[in-house]
Amino acid sequence: MLTKRIIPCLDIKEARVVKGIKFLGLRDAGDPVEVARSYERQKADELVFLDITASYQQRQTLISLVEKIAQNIFMPFTVGGGIRSIDDIRDLLNAGADKVSINTTAVKYPELIQEASAKFGSQCIVIAIDAEMANSPQSTDHGKKRWKVYINGGRTPTELDAVEWAKKAFNLGAGEVLLTSMDCDGTKEGYDLELTKAISDAVNIPVIASGGAGKLEHFYDGFTKAKADACLAASLFHYQELTVGQVKQYLANKGVLVRL
Amino acid sequence: MIGIIDYGMGNIHSVQKALESTGVKVLVINKPEDIQECDKLILPGVGAYKDAMQELSNQGLVKAITDFIRQDKVFLGICLGMQLLFDSSDEAIGVKGLGIIKGKVKRFFLPEGFKVPHMGWNQLNRGVRGKGSAVDDCPLLKGIEDGAYVYFCHSYYCAPKDNRVIAATAEYSKDFCAVAWQDNCFGMQFHPEKSQDVGLKILRNFVEL
Repeated sequence: MLTKRIIPCLDIKEARVVKGIKFLGLRDAGDPVEVARSYERQKADELVFLDITASYQQRQTLISLVEKIAQNIFMPFTVGGGIRSIDDIRDLLNAGADKVSINTTAVKYPELIQEASAKFGSQCIVIAIDAEMANSPQSTDHGKKRWKVYINGGRTPTELDAVEWAKKAFNLGAGEVLLTSMDCDGTKEGYDLELTKAISDAVNIPVIASGGAGKLEHFYDGFTKAKADACLAASLFHYQELTVGQVKQYLANKGVLVRL
Repeated sequence: MIGIIDYGMGNIHSVQKALESTGVKVLVINKPEDIQECDKLILPGVGAYKDAMQELSNQGLVKAITDFIRQDKVFLGICLGMQLLFDSSDEAIGVKGLGIIKGKVKRFFLPEGFKVPHMGWNQLNRGVRGKGSAVDDCPLLKGIEDGAYVYFCHSYYCAPKDNRVIAATAEYSKDFCAVAWQDNCFGMQFHPEKSQDVGLKILRNFVEL
C-alpha cells in the first residue's frame, strides 16, 4: 500500500537555508547541501527546495545549488521559486529536480500549467498555493471559511479563492498541490486542518500540507483529520527538534502507514 | 559499457548519478551509433507517451533499440521507459510503442480515495500472487525483500498480455505490474534512482548482471 510521506523543506535565501515565522523574520538554518544529506540519512520520503526570494527579486533559481543537492540525494526532489517559463522548468529538471513547484506565474498565467504538464507530464508539475484565511469577524458568509491566495512569497494578495484555484490547477493538469497556510506557517501550532481538508476533498491529486508543524500530533492530525497525502516541515527538522525517523515511528505506532 | 538514452524526456542525470554511485562508467546516448558501444542500455523517461515515441523516432533510436534488444543484450526501461516497451498506451491512442513486450499501458481508474498520479513510496510484492507463476527469481530483485519500499510516480500502468512476465507487483486499489521481465529485457514502473538503498541495490544488481 502507498505510504504517507514526510517531506522536509529547505527554504533557501542567498544559498543558505532560512526559516521565518509567517513568512517574515528569517533566520539562518545552515548549509543546504549538508542539510539535504542529513535528510537523506534520516530516510525522508522526499525533499522540497524553495528559493523563497527568487520570485520577488526577479532572479533565476540557484541552478548550481540544485545540481549540488541533487548529486547528494537519492530521493524525489522538488524545486520551486522564480519559475516563469517552460525553459525555467527544463533548466531545473536538467539540473536534477524531479518536480517543479510553481506559484506566482501559475496564478498570473494559468496556461503555463497546461503547457508544462503536457510537455513534462503532470507528475512533475506541483502547484504551490500560499493561502490565508479571508474571513473577517464581520463577514456575512455564515461561518463558512474561505482562504485567499497570495503570490510573490506571501507579499501580494490576489482575488483567488484557494479551493477554487486548486480545482482549476487540477483541471489544467497539475500533478500535486503544495499547500502552505500563511496563518500557521512557523507558528508550530499545527497545520491548518480545515484548509488542508477543503483542498484535499476538492482535487483528486496528492496534497502536501505545509505550515505549522510543531509536534508529533500535528503530523497525525494532518494525515487523519485533514486527509493530507504528505506533510511538510522545515524548522522542526532543521533545528533537530524532531528527526524524520521519530515522526515516522510515532505515526507507525498510531497506525498510519509510513516507510520506516 | 552501460548506456543511458537521452532523448529529451525528463532528467537522465539522476539515473546517471545513481549508476555512477555504484562505481561504473556510463555513456549518455543521443545518437543511434553510440548504442553499439554498450552491452547494457537504460531507457529512462518521464512525460508523455506520444512525445517520447516521437523523440525516439526523430533521433533514429527506435530501430537501434529494438536491434539492441534482439541481440540479447540487457535492457532496462524505467517508468515511461518501461511503458514504451509495450505495444500501445491509453495515453496516446494510435501511437505504436516499441512492442517488445506484448500488452498495453492503461490509465488508472480507481475508486474514490485513490488519487492519480500514484505518487509516493509503495511496496514491491515479489512474484504474482495466486497466479501460479514462479518468476520470483528475477535477477534485478536479488536480495530485495518482499514488501520493500520503492518510489512510484505515474498515472498509467502496464498490463502485459502474458502474466508470466510480471516479476513483481504493487498494490494501489488493485495489483499492477511493478517489474516486468522478459528474457534480457526488464521494465520498472518505479524509480530505482529515487528509491534510496533499495533502488541502489536494484541498480547494482543490474550493473552486475
